This record gives sequence, structure tokens and C-alpha cells, in this order.
Amino acid sequence: MSVPFLILAAITIAAAVAAMTLRKLVHCALALAVCLVGLAGLYLDLGAEFVGLAQVLVYVGAVVILIVFAILLTRSDEHQSHGSSRILSGVAVSACVFGVLAWAVVTSGTKESPNAMLPQGAMKQIGVALMQRYVLPLEIVGLLLTAALIGAVVIAMEEKQNTK
Amino acid sequence: MTPLNGCLLISALLFSIGLGGALTRRSAILVLIGIELMLNAANLNFIAFWRYGPHPEAMTGVLFVIFSIAIAAAEAAVGLALIVSIYRHAKTTDLSRLDSMKG
Repeated sequence: MSVPFLILAAITIAAAVAAMTLRKLVHCALALAVCLVGLAGLYLDLGAEFVGLAQVLVYVGAVVILIVFAILLTRSDEHQSHGSSRILSGVAVSACVFGVLAWAVVTSGTKESPNAMLPQGAMKQIGVALMQRYVLPLEIVGLLLTAALIGAVVIAMEEKQNTK
Repeated sequence: MTPLNGCLLISALLFSIGLGGALTRRSAILVLIGIELMLNAANLNFIAFWRYGPHPEAMTGVLFVIFSIAIAAAEAAVGLALIVSIYRHAKTTDLSRLDSMKG
């Protein structure tokens, strides 16, 4: 656990908490952007450069912008009257989930792996793997993205009045 | 504590935060943001296991995360389109008011 890793993790967790607790929706979306940048930093620190940069491009560049556009298009503020029992039960459930996960992680007894060095030549290996072993999933993901984009456009399209 | 355990704990914390947000907030967009956080926690797990696992040269974790990011982008696009479409019909994205299908 290096010091940059801990700093990035603290930023990520704090931004995630902010994204889930702030009042205004736009502030939540911006906190989500900070959280995703922190996660990209964690990926870079763990040696996955391609994934870190793809995270910045796809999440911060596209998904957060999409969320901001959706917030602007829907113009909805949450009402102030939160049911406190609802918040309490939600926090209790998530705390229980975290407790179980942390217990499972701590008691799992993972050992230090023998090859704790950074894997080298990651980018070339990713390209070769994508073009050889994982070429069918790659094509399927391309098809899925096309279908999802067409579907999103069709769903969000303004319904025409019947003007015949 | 080993680095792998640290990564897994951070990921578990991120997942719990996303789950708590998705359960407690009433805006549909915030629920979607919570789901994105949970998905990212899973991605962090994949990267951590790839980095500290026995066969990092196989690139399995990295490729899984790449496909997962692509699918998350598709999910966000369709989800936000649904929210915009629902807003156009019901004039709200407050989930406690969208109860017209409640039995």
C-alpha cells in the first residue's frame, strides 16, 4: 500500500460519499466525475494504464456528461421531506453489506503473490489478446453498443402527434 | 494488510456507498449514479485480482474491465434515455411518485 494509492483511495471514497449525499443533482454528478477520476488514478497506480485512460475517456468524458445532460433535461429537485426511516434502513443495509464483505476479505487469508512486480508490455498484450483470443466478444460488444445507441435514440425520441 | 486486501476493502466500501445511495435517494438519476458506483467497485476488484493474482500475463482482468466499461456505457445511455422518456410522461423523476404500476 503506497502513499499515492492511499491518497487516491481517500479522494475516491470521499467523492463517492459526496456524490451520494449532496442535495443538488448537478453537484452529485460533478462529485461522481471526481470519484471516477480517482478510480482511474487507482487503475494507473495498479499498472493498468489502458484501463485507466479508457476510464477517463468513457466515464468522465461520456457518461458523466450524459448524466449532466439528463439532469438538465429533466429539471427535477428532490423534495426535502425525506423519510428518515427509509434513509436509516438503507444505511443499515449497506453497512451490513460492507461488514460482511470486509469480514470475508479480512478472513480470506490472501497471501502476497510471488510476482509482485508490475506486469510489463501491457498495451501490446491487450491488443494481441483483443484481436486473437477475444475477437468474438469484441464484435459482440460492438454490436451491443450499436443496438444500445439506436435503442436510446428511439426511446428518448419525441413522440410525434398523429398528424395524418 | 496485503495490498490485495486493501484494494478489496476499498472496493467493498465503494460498493456499499453506491448501494446505500441507490437505496436511499429518491431521484432516478441518483439511483443510476449509485449503480455506476457499484459497477466501478466491481471493476476495481477485477484490476486488483489481475495485478496481484497468479497469472498477470494472461490479461484476463484487464480485458474483463474493458468489456465491462463498454457495457456500462451502453447501460448508462439506455437508462438515461428511459429517465428522459419517463420524465416526459410523468413530469417527474422522483421514484416515490412513479407508482402508477404499484399493485
